[in-house]
Amino acid sequence: MSDLIAEVRDLRMLYGTREVLTGIDFDIRAGEVVAMLGPNGAGKTTTIEILEGFRMRSAGKVSVLGTDPAHAGEQWRARVGVVLQSWRDHAKWRVRELLRHLGAYYARYATPEIARPWDPDELLDLVGLGGHASARIASLSGGQRRRLDLAIGIVGRPELLFLDEPTTGFDPAARREFHDLVHRLTDREQATVLLTTHDLAEAERLADRVLILAGGSIVADGSPDALAMRMSGQAEVRWTRDGQRFVHPTDMATKFTRELFAQYGESVEDLEVRRASLEDAYMALVREYEP
Amino acid sequence: MRVVRLGLARGGIELRQAFTYWPDLVQTLVFSGISVLVLFLLRGHHVPGTTFSLGSLTLPSLVGMNLAFSGVVGVAALLSTDREDGTLLRAKATPGGMMAYVIGKITFVAVTSLVGLILLLTLGPLAFPGVSMTALGWLTAVWVVVLGLLAAIPIGITLGSLLPNPRYFALVMLPFGALAAISGIFYPITHLPGWMQGVGQLFPMYWVGLGMRSALLPPSLAAVEIDGSWRHWLVFGVLAAWAVAGLLAAPPVLRRMARRESGSRVAARREQALLRTR
Repeated sequence: MSDLIAEVRDLRMLYGTREVLTGIDFDIRAGEVVAMLGPNGAGKTTTIEILEGFRMRSAGKVSVLGTDPAHAGEQWRARVGVVLQSWRDHAKWRVRELLRHLGAYYARYATPEIARPWDPDELLDLVGLGGHASARIASLSGGQRRRLDLAIGIVGRPELLFLDEPTTGFDPAARREFHDLVHRLTDREQATVLLTTHDLAEAERLADRVLILAGGSIVADGSPDALAMRMSGQAEVRWTRDGQRFVHPTDMATKFTRELFAQYGESVEDLEVRRASLEDAYMALVREYEP
Repeated sequence: MRVVRLGLARGGIELRQAFTYWPDLVQTLVFSGISVLVLFLLRGHHVPGTTFSLGSLTLPSLVGMNLAFSGVVGVAALLSTDREDGTLLRAKATPGGMMAYVIGKITFVAVTSLVGLILLLTLGPLAFPGVSMTALGWLTAVWVVVLGLLAAIPIGITLGSLLPNPRYFALVMLPFGALAAISGIFYPITHLPGWMQGVGQLFPMYWVGLGMRSALLPPSLAAVEIDGSWRHWLVFGVLAAWAVAGLLAAPPVLRRMARRESGSRVAARREQALLRTR
């Protein structure tokens, strides 16, 4: 088995005459956590839905787990997991009951390498819902509901997991908890994940690789650090001297600071060296593509 | 087949919920209560030209209407709410999920309508004079019910797939109500103008009602029907024709609807629903 999980070439999407995706290329390799970032309307959801097999593309080549998702069958469906932002389904069911029922669909797709499905009780403990196993789903809080959705998404032990804006509407504590959970999962299961988000901190925390989508194409593809560096190798040095404030952008912060001290010595105060963050890189990139 | 087993399991779980979840149970009881009340109000009246109780005549018709109601309106309602809340998308995201979903829904609707049916068929004869279940009557009831469900459920699936969201539900309810009025459910169809009789006879509801009347009522009551007969062959023929047409039409319509479901569609409908309630 190749370790290429997904391959996207020149993917295009037209809604009427409006071109939402203008030719996208990227790969996802086994074990990678890839975040797709971009402003609203950049085509993130369209892209992920095409890869999930929920939406037909206009043109281009897409292969997920070696199959075109537009024509994939149930066998393929058993190997991917989907977590959306808007599940409200099965409200009358009980937590464990639903997880056990949905898990049963995957049993016939077990392979010698991958035991399917996940044991429902073990999975509920993993997502921190062990104490709510017999609760009605309608009675769960928003954060608990989302953790159940994640559990359902992985109950078939997917080889590729899609997370579409998984923490939209979360408070900071719930978001933090969800991030920890995804971390635990990716560490333990070496899961391959494609997630979309417009939260930069989330992408930075979760992803090995970030794809930035703007104006219907990918404008950057790399690790969060590399992206920040590439976009502006520049850092900003700030200091005060004799009560006056100075700001100096430089691409050689260490050398500049050394010279600064050599020249002014002790009179340099409040020194601060700021590296460009992913946010700076993102803002710079997205601004270029704003219409 | 595994998918069939999963579908039956789904239906079983949802049936247990329906019979243990009190808001649903109350709703069911209220609806049945209204039907029984209507029957009791009609009890003192006579079928025109006879001394037979109108309540007794209406009982089997109502059984037939309930069957058509749960098959068409019930299924359409379940389908459109399941689309709205993402249950259908969940089924689509699960291997074999759509198939099991449909089997589960059919199981659910068939069993709930059969439970109501058996209650009415066993208790009805005790309360209404002239209504009786013979062995032949049970036999007739069985084939009428099976064919009736086979005719009604595909219509429900088709309508539920075509409705954009549950708030368009009046588009199913109103025609159904109008049809009930001209299908000889509450009053013999022979007392309606000819064109209404014609329209009523195009749809399965009239024929399910007629079939049930033939199963429960004494043969002499056939006199108030069209042609003065139970017309069993036509009951069979019309219901079978609807069943075949429905079974041919429903799967592609359902597939087309399911193919278009996606996360952003469910999210968009949710937004709309929230806007409306604000």
